[in-house]
Amino acid sequence: MKQILKSSSLCGAMLALSMSTALAVDLELYFPVAVGGDAANIIQEMTEQYMAENADVEINAIYTGSYADTTTRAITAARGGNPPHLAILSAVDVFMLQDEGLVEAWDSYLTKDELETWVGGFYDAFRANTYKVGKTWGIPFQRSTPVMYYNKDAFKAAGLDPEAPPSNWEELIEAGKKLTVRDDSDNVTQWGVRIPSSGFPYWPFQALAIANGAELMNEEGTETYFDQPAVIEALEFFVDLSKKHEIMAPGIVDWGATPRAFLDGETAMAITTTGNLTNIRTNATFDLGVAMLPKNKQYGVATGGGDFFLFKGHDEESTRAAIDFVKWATAPEQAATWSIATGYVAPRPDIWETEKMKEYVREAPGALVARNQLEHAVAEFSTYENARVRQILNDAIAAAIVGEKSAEQALKDAQSEADAVLKLYRQ
Amino acid sequence: MAAPERVFTKRPQIMIKREWINAWLLLMPALLLLFGFTHLPAVQTVLDSFWSTPRGQRPAVFLGLDNYERMLSDAVFIKAMINNAIYAAITIPASIALALSMALFVSRKILGQGLLRMAYFTPTVLPLIAVANIWLFFYLPGFGLFDQIRGLFGLSPVNWVGQPSTALYAITAVTVWNQAGFFMIFFLAALQTIPQSLREAAALEGASSWVFFWRVTWPLIMPTTLFVSVNATINAFRMVDHVFVMTQGGPNNASILLLYYIYDQGFRFWDTSYAATLTVVMVVILAVVGIGQFFLLDRRVHYR
Repeated sequence: MKQILKSSSLCGAMLALSMSTALAVDLELYFPVAVGGDAANIIQEMTEQYMAENADVEINAIYTGSYADTTTRAITAARGGNPPHLAILSAVDVFMLQDEGLVEAWDSYLTKDELETWVGGFYDAFRANTYKVGKTWGIPFQRSTPVMYYNKDAFKAAGLDPEAPPSNWEELIEAGKKLTVRDDSDNVTQWGVRIPSSGFPYWPFQALAIANGAELMNEEGTETYFDQPAVIEALEFFVDLSKKHEIMAPGIVDWGATPRAFLDGETAMAITTTGNLTNIRTNATFDLGVAMLPKNKQYGVATGGGDFFLFKGHDEESTRAAIDFVKWATAPEQAATWSIATGYVAPRPDIWETEKMKEYVREAPGALVARNQLEHAVAEFSTYENARVRQILNDAIAAAIVGEKSAEQALKDAQSEADAVLKLYRQ
Repeated sequence: MAAPERVFTKRPQIMIKREWINAWLLLMPALLLLFGFTHLPAVQTVLDSFWSTPRGQRPAVFLGLDNYERMLSDAVFIKAMINNAIYAAITIPASIALALSMALFVSRKILGQGLLRMAYFTPTVLPLIAVANIWLFFYLPGFGLFDQIRGLFGLSPVNWVGQPSTALYAITAVTVWNQAGFFMIFFLAALQTIPQSLREAAALEGASSWVFFWRVTWPLIMPTTLFVSVNATINAFRMVDHVFVMTQGGPNNASILLLYYIYDQGFRFWDTSYAATLTVVMVVILAVVGIGQFFLLDRRVHYR
């Protein structure tokens, strides 16, 4: 029945179109859902609204799992000669997508004015990952940064000022020691801080490295700097949080359980993505504080999340239609709705100027922290053969955290492994 | 004399031909699917393992055995093989023992038999991904189920999945828990087929229940045990879904298994030819073990 309705409405639509002489364009959009919440439904609603406003465009938004699943599907489909028009993919995949020759730059389809006002209107920190060799390869959409959530009630109980969260590494250790609570048999009932290290520890680690004044890679994605002293220091600091200062749980700390550990009072401070803001804000039974990550030599975080990518292999008309949709989706009104519903950081200054967004910030001042932090944000770790090189770094961080290697040894090994992989791309 | 013979031989030949054509036609759909989706990819995998991975502008080049050499000097591959051996060495006997004891327990007439059987079978019905998420919360250091129980005895929390010494065993336990219920069903069916008269005869002879189990039950259910052990062996290489959820092979590859590593190489690193090489190794291992189990053990399995 649904099929019949669909096809009859399609017939009707086609009839209407043929009369108005416009030709229908069918677009395919692959999108992942990386954080909880209602992201999938919101994307569906957005595409439906767009189709209602633009009768000559049909958008098929296909939910394709996690970021990794979406990349896999997009690559497989493209290799099979059936690429989607658009896909929201992890911004760090840019080198791989270029290398495989699957995506094209947006620039040639845009006027000079569009390049300046639209593409140029995104925060530089969010453009950094996909603006390569003078061309725009991705349009920032679902982007995030890590922030520090803290429990104001726990701060009060420990005799700390709840309005003055630690702003540098020394203060973090000092506050962490006061916030770590042990019971009579010396078991910890509340940890000072929690920085997750399962799965992708490189992300919070990169924030520590940047705060320590280090860079992990070059812009061309062909070099890594794992064995630099400032990087080694950052990893030593990460390890010492549990080993020396005993303010963080030992061993690998899980990502997925981090919001719950924080909400349950198992930790007084937690560093995790802004993508969890909506969840934590609505479920916190205590007074919630959100702060920038503490600095050492400087403030600093890496961005994360996904961009719109434009796939090769379509005629100009449908590519232009796809671009028009992305322009609409990143326009202030739509982007504000998206950001409020998901917790992703609105990627353009003009989005923060909308009434919706201003009201949201009044309700959830934590959202503003992520925006202010953008000024100190840099590109997320990304190189050629990104997944493999990133895994080398992840393994090194894990080895140091569990004490199988010293921070220095782990990072030196990682550097030589990464060199072996990237050698090919340095000509 | 020659003529009648020709008549007699010709007719059956036509019959045979027609039967053959019919047989082939009937087999064709299944054969096509089998060749298209099983045998061709298998052959293709072997061929791919001799070539390099094509990337963008660089087409594949013939490498010969380079991928295999690389594999032997790949520390993560060695780690995955050792881990998988430990994983198999624990999950296979443990699931069989647990399944058999559960089956023996619920095959007797006890109160709430149906409920108990269902309870034992439930883990199998749940998808492994969901199971892994539940167990992840059991394992949470400090406030997970296990640490709360340990807390009652004043023991300190353990980061079960987050330290290299326990991560692999934490995963192994989930596998045993998940598949034992499924194997129990087979044992339960096998136990039903043991004639009641044997039990009565043993009782008359005054055999203890242990002697009865060891001398009567165990030999009679041997074919089932073989079937279950083959399945458990395959599962030891196949069931890695929970690794994705619980440890992602970490920390520092402490819990990496062969199939998980193949996925990493193939679909995260896009090194498809190296993934093909690893796949060949896994298929060879499975084939050797499977054939070995059937041919070597089969003779001693059927009680006559």
